[in-house]
Amino acid sequence: MTYLATWGGIAAIVTTATAGDVLQSRAMKEIGDLGVIRKLHGIGEVLRRVLSSPRFMFGLLFMALTFFCLMATLSWADLSIVGPASASLTFIANAFAARILLKEHVDQRRWLAALFVFGGVVLLAR
Amino acid sequence: MTFRKYLILAAVAIFAACGDFCLARGMRQLGPVALSNWQRLFTVVFSPWILTGVCLLMLFFSTYLSSLSWADLTYVLPATALSYVLMALLGKLFLHENVTASRWLGIALITIGVGFVASGRSLTSGYANLANHKTVLSSGGKE
Repeated sequence: MTYLATWGGIAAIVTTATAGDVLQSRAMKEIGDLGVIRKLHGIGEVLRRVLSSPRFMFGLLFMALTFFCLMATLSWADLSIVGPASASLTFIANAFAARILLKEHVDQRRWLAALFVFGGVVLLAR
Repeated sequence: MTFRKYLILAAVAIFAACGDFCLARGMRQLGPVALSNWQRLFTVVFSPWILTGVCLLMLFFSTYLSSLSWADLTYVLPATALSYVLMALLGKLFLHENVTASRWLGIALITIGVGFVASGRSLTSGYANLANHKTVLSSGGKE
């Protein structure tokens, strides 16, 4: 049961973190280059466009859910498992989600980068 | 990719690492918080380390959003993974944490991963055209 609960919690963290990242990325692509908008219309316009984006707000909601899932999972599982597992699996889940949902071209170079970072985070967090 | 964009990616990694470092430093000063004494968590807002950490993490979030407005998610995440390396180095230098051989190997793997992705294209998403089109429209064709 503890084993299932731990990995269920990790799955919830990875899912909500990936959803948050994908929604934020999609929202920013729809808004456009923030540096250019700031240069042309000022910081107020940047804030107005970002804060009025429903996708950005949903992204924030998922980021908050990630935080609560992390807190809940840490109440029954060890940080030494939850930390590295969720951080590194989120890299891989993001690569799949970005390819499918954001239509990004995830070539061999990016898969290799994601795998190297995945391995690095696992080793670093041990 | 312009030099300014590389600087923003570097800022994402630096703000994330320094923000987390300040939070860790502040929480160590505060000591462990028991569930029965959760009200103590409110006192953290008066800690200069925690306040600095929160400000740095706000800067991290704004530079992260800015980078997502002109680069793919699968580019930004690995390219800014150097923050994990910086966190380990800050932990070793200032918090006197132990960096074992496997952690150094992890740092090497992350650095190689960052090198792989940073030398490739930053934007491939189909939604990028929509964003560029909107930006040009809003600038009246000046960009």
